[in-house]
Amino acid sequence: MAKYLLLKHYRGAPDAVNNVPMDQWTPEEISAHVGYMRDFADRLEKTGEFVDGQALAPEGAWVRYDGEGRPPVTDGPFAETKDLIAGWMVIDVDTYERAVELAGELSAAPGAGGKPIHEWLEVRPFLAANPSVDECH
Amino acid sequence: MDEALLRSLTPSVLTVLVRRGADFAAAEDAVQDALVEALRVWPADPPRDPKGWLVTVAWRKFLDQARADSARRRREDRVDEEPAPGPAPAVDDTLQLYFLCAHPSLTPSSAVALTLRAVGGLTTRQIAQAYLVPEATMAQRISRAKRTVSGVRFDQPGDVATVLRVLYLVFNEGYSGDVDLAAEAIRLTRQLAAAIDHPEVAGLLALMLLHHARRASRTAPDGALVPLAEQDRGRWDTASIAEGVEILQAALARDRLGEFQAQAAIAALHADARTAEETDWVQIVEWYDELARLTDSPVVRLNRAVAVGEADGPRAGLAALAALDDSLPRHAAVAAYLHERDGDLATAARLYSEAAEKASNLAERDYLTRQAARLNARTRD
Repeated sequence: MAKYLLLKHYRGAPDAVNNVPMDQWTPEEISAHVGYMRDFADRLEKTGEFVDGQALAPEGAWVRYDGEGRPPVTDGPFAETKDLIAGWMVIDVDTYERAVELAGELSAAPGAGGKPIHEWLEVRPFLAANPSVDECH
Repeated sequence: MDEALLRSLTPSVLTVLVRRGADFAAAEDAVQDALVEALRVWPADPPRDPKGWLVTVAWRKFLDQARADSARRRREDRVDEEPAPGPAPAVDDTLQLYFLCAHPSLTPSSAVALTLRAVGGLTTRQIAQAYLVPEATMAQRISRAKRTVSGVRFDQPGDVATVLRVLYLVFNEGYSGDVDLAAEAIRLTRQLAAAIDHPEVAGLLALMLLHHARRASRTAPDGALVPLAEQDRGRWDTASIAEGVEILQAALARDRLGEFQAQAAIAALHADARTAEETDWVQIVEWYDELARLTDSPVVRLNRAVAVGEADGPRAGLAALAALDDSLPRHAAVAAYLHERDGDLATAARLYSEAAEKASNLAERDYLTRQAARLNARTRD
């Protein structure tokens, strides 16, 4: 078993095929989309493959340490990173092929006109915490 | 409370219910409910006869559920409250349970989960924690697994090899959360070895014991990976090594070699060396040759290249490595190691960085990054 992150973000990949911004959809289309995402997560729970799914607010602050005894510095949001990550799902599956299959299904979520969005999702394997039995020589 | 005792009783309680006529899935649920209740009740009120207690409670849970089910169906089917006298078991029931839970129709993750619950007696919550998934997900994985094997007859003979693969997967998962899966895998393999006389079962048990014996020395206090050559051999568990070696020797004497026995033989040769320098690499290469013949696995050839590098020098190791596909996991790590031993520090550093990027786990990545940093610092001087 291995865990994968299905990451929905807007940097680096080409545009989705059905690339109409959500605020241009009809309310019914939005409901259909939300329903699809919920059903997808429910289905993965039933197959025993669901770990986590979260959406993120589009904007956040940038924070960094500013030295002993000083409060952290906050800044941003910076224009170039706006809307970087919209959300993610974490799955626990037997094979990489299964992770790709599920990402493909998630990318088929309906958008404008009730048609699949075909958006690009990034599939990233988790690093396991422990090494397996084969030791480094 | 003795949780180990409780867990060791699981397979026999489950098979009692199945022999009384309960179907496997329902019996397994009932036993799980009984285990959860035992965990709650036993600390304050330990039973005199733990197995009897579990059978009674599990049977009652089964009847309650069966009654609820039939009431829901509004059918007149009356569940017989008296235990039906089952036929005398022809083969060891515990063994059948292992076969069922590792049935080839199950995916590896389902087989692992079902084995840990039905044979190991772990609760769904414990299994979920060990594999870092939500409890609801693990519950579904287990119930799907049970549906998958629902048509399989309980007394059908199975393949030991599939059971061993499942147990090896559990062992490899190691330790996370409050359940020690490596120790659990050893317990389950030991129990299997008691139920069936098979050299590969013995081989796997020996392999696990020999690896487990080194666990304390395998990580530094800060969690960093310690490679075999640098481990403090004084911290190896000698009792576990002695037991592993004894089991292995008895298995090898049967002259039915298999991959787990060969792997255990390699582990035994490492365990046998008082210092890393005393390691009998020539014999280890011979065992890797046997292993390559038995499994034809590219990972085995990769490990063999390391052994050749130790036995015949780094150039020979690199020559062995050159014959292998460089997209193999850990190929770059092995190349880095052999180049360092050959004195080519710049190439070794570059390959260690490359290997770190490809590492599939955190401890290994950190180790490889540290190796690259160490060599980069040396080549800067």
